[in-house]
Amino acid sequence: MTSISEDSDKEKVRSVSVDLNNDASLVIDIPDALCERDKVKFTVHTKTTLSSFQKPEFSVPRQHEEFIWLHDTIVETEEYAGLIIPPAPPKPDFEGPREKMHKLGEGESSMTKEEYAKMKQELEAEYLAVFKKTVQVHEVFLQRLSSHPIFRKDRNFQIFLEYDQDLSVRRKNAKEMFGGFFKNMVKSADEVLISGVKEVDEFFEQEKTFLLDYSSKIKDASAKAEKMTRSHKNVADDYNHISGALNSTAADNNTAFKKTISVCVLQKLEDRVASDQELKLTELLRYYTRDIQAAKDLLYRRARALADNENSNKALDKARLKGKDIAQAEENQKQCLQKFDKLSESGKKELTSFKARRVVAFRKNLIEMTELEIKHAKNSVSLLQGSIEILNSN
Amino acid sequence: MALCHFYLSQMAASSERSPPPFPDSEEPELLEDSDEEADAFTGTSISEMDSPSPDSTRPPKDIFNEPPEDIFSDPLSNINSEPQKKVDAKIPSPSSDEAVDLFSDPLDDDSEVMSSPEVQNPMPDLLNEPVEAPKSDVLGEPPVHRNAARHQDVFEDPPKSSSKSSSVKKAASAEMFGDDDDEEDLFKEPPKVVTKKPQPSGPPVDVFTEVKSDVKVKPQVKDDPTDLFAEEALTAPAPKPSSGSSSSRTNGVHSEEQDLFSEATVELSLDSPCNDRKNKEAVKPSVSAPAAPVASSSSKAPSKSLEELEEEESEDKFDLNISITNPEKVGDGMNAYMAYKVSTQTSLTMFRSKTFTVRRRFSDFLGLFEKLSEKHSQNGYLIPPPPEKSILGMTKVKVGKEDPSSAEFVERRRAALERYLQRVVSHPSLLQDPDVREFLEKEELPRAVSTQALSGAGFLKMLNKATDAVSKMTIKMNEQDVWFDEKIQDVENEEQHLRKLHVMVESLVNHRKELSGNTAVFAKSVAMLGSSEDNTALSRALSQLAEVEDRIEQLHQEQASNDFFTFSELLADYIRLLGAVRGCFDQRMKAWQRWQDAENMLQKKREAEAKLLWANKPDKLQQAKDEITEWEAKVTQYEREFERISATVRKEVIRFDKEKARDFNRQVIKYLESLLHSQQQLIKYWDAFLPEAKAIV
Repeated sequence: MTSISEDSDKEKVRSVSVDLNNDASLVIDIPDALCERDKVKFTVHTKTTLSSFQKPEFSVPRQHEEFIWLHDTIVETEEYAGLIIPPAPPKPDFEGPREKMHKLGEGESSMTKEEYAKMKQELEAEYLAVFKKTVQVHEVFLQRLSSHPIFRKDRNFQIFLEYDQDLSVRRKNAKEMFGGFFKNMVKSADEVLISGVKEVDEFFEQEKTFLLDYSSKIKDASAKAEKMTRSHKNVADDYNHISGALNSTAADNNTAFKKTISVCVLQKLEDRVASDQELKLTELLRYYTRDIQAAKDLLYRRARALADNENSNKALDKARLKGKDIAQAEENQKQCLQKFDKLSESGKKELTSFKARRVVAFRKNLIEMTELEIKHAKNSVSLLQGSIEILNSN
Repeated sequence: MALCHFYLSQMAASSERSPPPFPDSEEPELLEDSDEEADAFTGTSISEMDSPSPDSTRPPKDIFNEPPEDIFSDPLSNINSEPQKKVDAKIPSPSSDEAVDLFSDPLDDDSEVMSSPEVQNPMPDLLNEPVEAPKSDVLGEPPVHRNAARHQDVFEDPPKSSSKSSSVKKAASAEMFGDDDDEEDLFKEPPKVVTKKPQPSGPPVDVFTEVKSDVKVKPQVKDDPTDLFAEEALTAPAPKPSSGSSSSRTNGVHSEEQDLFSEATVELSLDSPCNDRKNKEAVKPSVSAPAAPVASSSSKAPSKSLEELEEEESEDKFDLNISITNPEKVGDGMNAYMAYKVSTQTSLTMFRSKTFTVRRRFSDFLGLFEKLSEKHSQNGYLIPPPPEKSILGMTKVKVGKEDPSSAEFVERRRAALERYLQRVVSHPSLLQDPDVREFLEKEELPRAVSTQALSGAGFLKMLNKATDAVSKMTIKMNEQDVWFDEKIQDVENEEQHLRKLHVMVESLVNHRKELSGNTAVFAKSVAMLGSSEDNTALSRALSQLAEVEDRIEQLHQEQASNDFFTFSELLADYIRLLGAVRGCFDQRMKAWQRWQDAENMLQKKREAEAKLLWANKPDKLQQAKDEITEWEAKVTQYEREFERISATVRKEVIRFDKEKARDFNRQVIKYLESLLHSQQQLIKYWDAFLPEAKAIV
């Protein structure tokens, strides 16, 4: 186990560069996005020095579905079986804020003007946060593709970046959806089946147990973090409501309550942001949940190849025994072996780099989160101290 | 003639004086009356002048000529300007305070005056004849002398006595609107009455003219003593609130005495319903009376400003510390109950010792409340409500062993009881109540029986409330007093706001508890993740993170209980208290209703009399007249009661507002400090974690 971590240490430099994407030959970002109804249009902006592109700089409008299409085509490409395919970005989900917005509109009459304005502001902030997050995950997906030495050369990827018309990607129809579902079923059944196949490489054996374990843990952690964040948000919401109620109480009262107003203002600030950085942690965990799923997929593909290999070996043996179709079987076996070797090789590389990337990402996010926590706590400390002073002087 | 002028000017002054502070509080009729009175006044005054104006008036007259004006203008202006100023600056409060004082313990001033040596001397000199004797008596044993003086008056004008008492009431009510100096009327009365007596007065008009006369008399009598009186009057309001708030100012006894006296006077001047209570207390005072030093009143005199009063009040606070500790389960099964240790620490002399401890159970607290509200709520006092009985919570305690929710319940109740008791004793009048003292001091308390059924009685109470609500709807009180009008509205609004706020804070508490739970779960999950992480540094960091989250969970938990105890409970308390305030308003309305009913009855009787007159039935006429006088007395009595209750309620509400502001300020600061503490802890935790995160390689 330690040797592996040392391994990853050695590769750290490279993986950092991968993660931070300071390779200037292909830089992708999403500077802007437009939200209309339930569709989000991202502006994908590319800057490149690669000769395979016609222009050094261009931007195209892309929708979420097109991202999914890109992901799917990459997954389906046989050549990439040995690579960890970056997880597709999750579907933009504006349901929460939108619903709230709706409710707000309904409740407009029952609220005071200030309350309404405040709620609206809150909602807008929340909406913006979700929006930003959505843009970010899409951006990260593209950046990971662009920073990968193989994916960046992918034809579909380049088309995705360059073609300034609608890719006319349609949503998956019901049959395809079902097909996808069926495929998943088969896959998981298959996974069980081939789990009996003896692993030949110790590295993969270890990786497999680790990833399985890790994935379940991180899934759990991510779910818990999400829960925690949600309740934190609830607390923040409560603070907001309380401050609203205090304000209106103070408006009706004179001297006695005026002071309390200052109190609540800060509380709102405090938890609003606190929940923000919790999102950072949650996001990290969530992302890696998906990433690890991708890594697991890689392992699955390799295991599949391994099983195929064994099967072809058996078939060859049989053929030899029977004395017919030997050439064909040999050919088959050779292919399988080749494929498996290739997969193993690239898989090994991918997994080590993945490990390093994960550590780096964790480090970065944990530090950021901690710093944010400290910053917010400090802010609220000073605010609290201020209002305590005011109250004391009263 | 000079006298006449004086009257007139005085008249003008008084009439001017009376309306401004509470123009609205007067009933329309009353206003009319006052007009009439004014007329009557001038008339009578002149007539008085011309006519009998007996010897007693003569000598004072001289004195009056000069001093009166000076003295009067001075004290009066003082009185007027000062209180009124206050009124402007602050709220209607000060004036109301004073008014209340006058009413609730009209003799307050008197008693002080009498007991005070200064007063005694001047009094006899100036008043020479009638007052002297009683006064001197007074010196010896205050209560007795009080009675004597009063009695004397009564005796002096036997025929009038009934009408007079009513007149006194009238006067008092009139004074209500006016100022404190009217108080002096009571004082002056003896002499005045003498002079007055000769004058005949028409039956219905009597009251008014008489009232007038009282007022008039006042100036007459006023000479040197006026100063004293005026001063006294001025001081009177001051001592009241302070004594009330803590009674500690000098010592509990003193204020108590005042109350007693006031009550005693009430008794004397009219057969007030509160007699029994008065009597009870009246007995007591004689013992404590001697303790009441003049010093207090004189020292009080300068401390007029409200700020000072407030300071005083807060100082007083420290003289009585009550804490409730050691909740203890007594007995087993469903008969089990929690007993609490009630410890009192005080320097008040009204208690036997400086520190004492008793054990009380919850129903004892409820019993105390019942007793107090029985006695005092009809007078418009704000009786702090005790925490609600919770069958569910208590059953849990009884049945459950040591589970955290029942522990929380007990602690919550303990804290609520403590706050309740503190509120009771911080109420000036309630502290004087023998039951309160008994509750604090007496080793064994008779088992509060009625409260046993109280939870069942909750149902009855609800019924009562329902009928109250109905009567409230049917009674359309024509609110004349802007202050009350606004206040009632305010209180209702505030209650709503607080309710809303309370719901929100409750949900905050729940959400924070949830958050704390989720944080704990997350911490565990992170720890697991850390254990399966193969990068040692990251693994370490993750387990550190788990620890941090664990601590944060603790923090959230603490904060949740802080949310609850310092914030949510505060709101809950005040929701209950606002309910009690509304109860006070209701009492006032009931008093008003009673008064109005009596007024209507009187009207009917008069009509009947008129009919009889017209029908020329002299035999029944006398009876009708008797009835009229009877009802007149009732009307005045009820009116006075209403005025008194209004004044009391007003004072109580103002006191309540002040306390509330202070309470909130204190609690909010406490709450903020708890938040601050949490945040500081958070900083500490994360600061410690930061190097760990940075150490990941």
